[in-house]
Amino acid sequence: MDFDFTEEQTLLRNMVQSFVQDNYDFDSRMAIARSETGMSRDNWSQFAELGLLAAPFDESLGGLGGGAIDTMIITEEFGKGLVTEPFLPTVVLCGGLLERHASDAQKDAHLPPLIGGEKIWALAYSEPKSRFNPANVQTTAKQDGDGFVLNGLKSVVNGGPWADYLIVSARTSGEGWQQEGISLFIVDKSADGVAAQDYETIDGGRAADISFENVKLGADALIGSLDNGLPLLEEALDYGIAALCGESIGGMHKAHQATVEYCKTRNQFGVAIGSFQALQHRMVDMFMEYEQSVSLTYMVNMHVGSDAASRARAASAAKVQIGKAGRYIGQSAVHLHGGMGMSEELNVGHYFKRLTAIDAQLGSIDYHLKRFASSEAA
Amino acid sequence: MNFDFSPEENAFREEVRQFIADNYPKHLSESRRAEFSKEDFLSWHRVLAEKGWVAPHWPEEYGGPGWSVTQRYIFDDECAKANTLIVLPFGVTMLGPVLMHYANDAQKAHYLPRILSGEDWWCQGYSEPGSGSDLASLKTKAERDGDEYVVNGHKIWTTLAQHADWMFCLVRTAQEDKPQKGISFLLIDMNSPGIEVRPIITIDGSHEVNEVFLTDVRVPAENLVGEEGNGWGIAKFLLGNERTGIAGVARSKNAVKRLKEISCAELVDGEPLIEDSDFKKKISELEIDLLALEYTELRTLAAESAGRGPGAESSILKIKGTEIQQKVTELIMEAVGTYSLPKIPMLDSGANYNLVGPDYSHGASQNYFNMRKTAIYGGTNEVQRNIIAKFVLGL
Ligand SMILES: Cc1cc2nc3c(=O)[nH]c(=O)nc-3n(C[C@H](O)[C@H](O)[C@H](O)COP(=O)(O)OP(=O)(O)OC[C@H]3O[C@@H](n4cnc5c(N)ncnc54)[C@H](O)[C@@H]3O)c2cc1C
Ligand SMILES: Cc1cc2nc3c(=O)[nH]c(=O)nc-3n(C[C@H](O)[C@H](O)[C@H](O)COP(=O)(O)OP(=O)(O)OC[C@H]3O[C@@H](n4cnc5c(N)ncnc54)[C@H](O)[C@@H]3O)c2cc1C
Repeated sequence: MDFDFTEEQTLLRNMVQSFVQDNYDFDSRMAIARSETGMSRDNWSQFAELGLLAAPFDESLGGLGGGAIDTMIITEEFGKGLVTEPFLPTVVLCGGLLERHASDAQKDAHLPPLIGGEKIWALAYSEPKSRFNPANVQTTAKQDGDGFVLNGLKSVVNGGPWADYLIVSARTSGEGWQQEGISLFIVDKSADGVAAQDYETIDGGRAADISFENVKLGADALIGSLDNGLPLLEEALDYGIAALCGESIGGMHKAHQATVEYCKTRNQFGVAIGSFQALQHRMVDMFMEYEQSVSLTYMVNMHVGSDAASRARAASAAKVQIGKAGRYIGQSAVHLHGGMGMSEELNVGHYFKRLTAIDAQLGSIDYHLKRFASSEAA
Repeated sequence: MNFDFSPEENAFREEVRQFIADNYPKHLSESRRAEFSKEDFLSWHRVLAEKGWVAPHWPEEYGGPGWSVTQRYIFDDECAKANTLIVLPFGVTMLGPVLMHYANDAQKAHYLPRILSGEDWWCQGYSEPGSGSDLASLKTKAERDGDEYVVNGHKIWTTLAQHADWMFCLVRTAQEDKPQKGISFLLIDMNSPGIEVRPIITIDGSHEVNEVFLTDVRVPAENLVGEEGNGWGIAKFLLGNERTGIAGVARSKNAVKRLKEISCAELVDGEPLIEDSDFKKKISELEIDLLALEYTELRTLAAESAGRGPGAESSILKIKGTEIQQKVTELIMEAVGTYSLPKIPMLDSGANYNLVGPDYSHGASQNYFNMRKTAIYGGTNEVQRNIIAKFVLGL
């Protein structure tokens, strides 16, 4: 058993940390989030130069071979800086899916520009009526000669406005929320029939609702085998959760730390408010929730590569924990700051908002509680 | 003990319902905006004022309708059911009773009718950057100069001061051994030279609160309410009234109704969310909390009408009421699911895009963010617990 980070991992963390410190102080972050586009292409190029976009991929693919643990280190530090750039959708969700399941030709075509920072990707899997269930797919891809014709609507696609390419889940057979009959396709967002409605999200990020009207896809757009896309998608989402947990504990840490600092320095009734036991206990509870979240974040990142059942169980457990902890810590951080916590000009409100948004991403507390309950313990 | 409505009370409910249906401004019921303008608030205020219903708890001699506690309860209930805009509390609920209790005849004659008509928009100048929970430590200074006070200081979190004509303000008129002494209650014209109002945008993106800077603001001495240096008693009297209004039972009932409607519309793999036993349980727990609060409030109101004023128990209404308001917005956000993520633009942002997702999802998260304030304002919920501990439990 070993919970220590290697020297390389520590170097990676230091590097990301200093990037965030130098380029992602709160004012810079807010300027990026409030800008027209909502992300910085300069930062994205720097991520590529620093090798962050290559970090998890296998060396044979031009990656650095860091896997889930390196991803977690990166997202944790990004979480502290409230980084808006689409690392999760591009590298973790789509990049990971391509690495594990794309054909050699697809990898050759798509991974180098992804790792090089030239192309941005988004995973278009949720639909207006799917709630959190990735099997609930109404978008269809009908066979058409060699290829397919895609029709449907995907909702709240995280990072959608910036994406050059999408991975889209669609029904090639079956209906409703059947497990079988779902296939995954690579779609060029600039293709005819693809229309996106872009918008800001509550945490300062960007998403899009993307519709597909008779979009023609070649046979080479299919990832993996026909009708068998759901397990690949579930796996990608679990990897996404593992990374999102990293981001979440980064945010929790900052929100908690800011609160403790504030309570030490804010005086009322002639004393620091941190001397009130009611607040001390609340900060202790926040701290315990944070530590529990760190534990399950490590756990899921150590297990995400194992068999499907253990992976699902680990991911759902971790997502429930960070959902609950994120809510408690976010709410408490705002509350303990009093009126200041309500102000858009202070960082703590933004950690609260990001932590809130994380719960609605990749499946909520309730969704994952059920998924955990119906999973088998190994 | 009896909680039946009499035939007269039922007739009254019908009258209120009909009045709202006939008179609630059309443009307001059709509006799906997150923020409302000054004119929006005033348009409903004026309709009620004309009918004599704008200040349900005011005695008849000051222009109130002379309603019983039950009638007030029914009126609140019907307004909430119709989802009307609220009547802002600053003039009607907070300042009005203070003036009736502490002001001289000239002040009453001048200000009270203008509160009723909506002619004066009031804001509350209590909190300062260094004086929130510890309100008595406030530093804004008023120095007597002939028949004027010269006021210097800095107020913060002043709700809707951007629209206000007047501010009731706590100022320090003397340094004494105890901070509670030497505080005075002053009415300040917001158009006076030396007042600057700066917006504070809150985490939901809205502009509700402000900073108010006062630099050599000259205020006629006749704007002092009560005696100089005795403002703390007035301040606390007002806070007691503020807290009762804060429970918001009728509004929360309506919000629970909305939560149920949303839960009927949202589907989990084809089944309405409200059929999901876990979610149903959450809604039921909330409803039971709310039912208990409703009866707690009714007990308080009954005691009040029997001449036993709202004591420290009003802190229970504040704590429980705001916890429920927060919970219901939290559950609405959960019910909405993925469409809780898009952000909707605010009134004056000029942004103009089509909103995605079902109507009921719009602003659900921002509403949840905004409602975090309720445990902070009006005396934080910790301060309320301290009050109960000290004055009810004797700790
Ligand atoms: C099952 C059991 C096993 C135990 N085993 C051991 C043992 O092996 N060795 C040993 O030395 N002792 C042991 N104890 C004793 C234990 O340490 C004391 O019971 C404990 O310290 C509380 O002291 P008290 O009972 O005098 O209660 P009090 O100190 O009078 O406390 C009463 C209540 O007040 C609260 N309280 C007290 N002070 C504060 C404060 N500053 N802030 C907030 N709340 C406060 C407490 O949490 C408690 O709810 C044991 C007790 C139990 C119940
Ligand atoms: C949206 C909004 C609208 C408002 N509108 C108005 C208005 O119109 N007019 C006006 O005058 N004010 C208004 N306020 C201000 C409000 O009354 C104060 O924010 C509130 O009294 C808390 O003060 P503070 O913000 O300075 O927080 P602080 O007093 O600094 O409190 C910070 C934290 O410490 C806790 N704390 C403080 N003292 C204790 C204690 N003794 N024991 C335990 N915990 C403690 C608090 O509960 C809180 O969690 C508004 C505030 C908000 C958020």
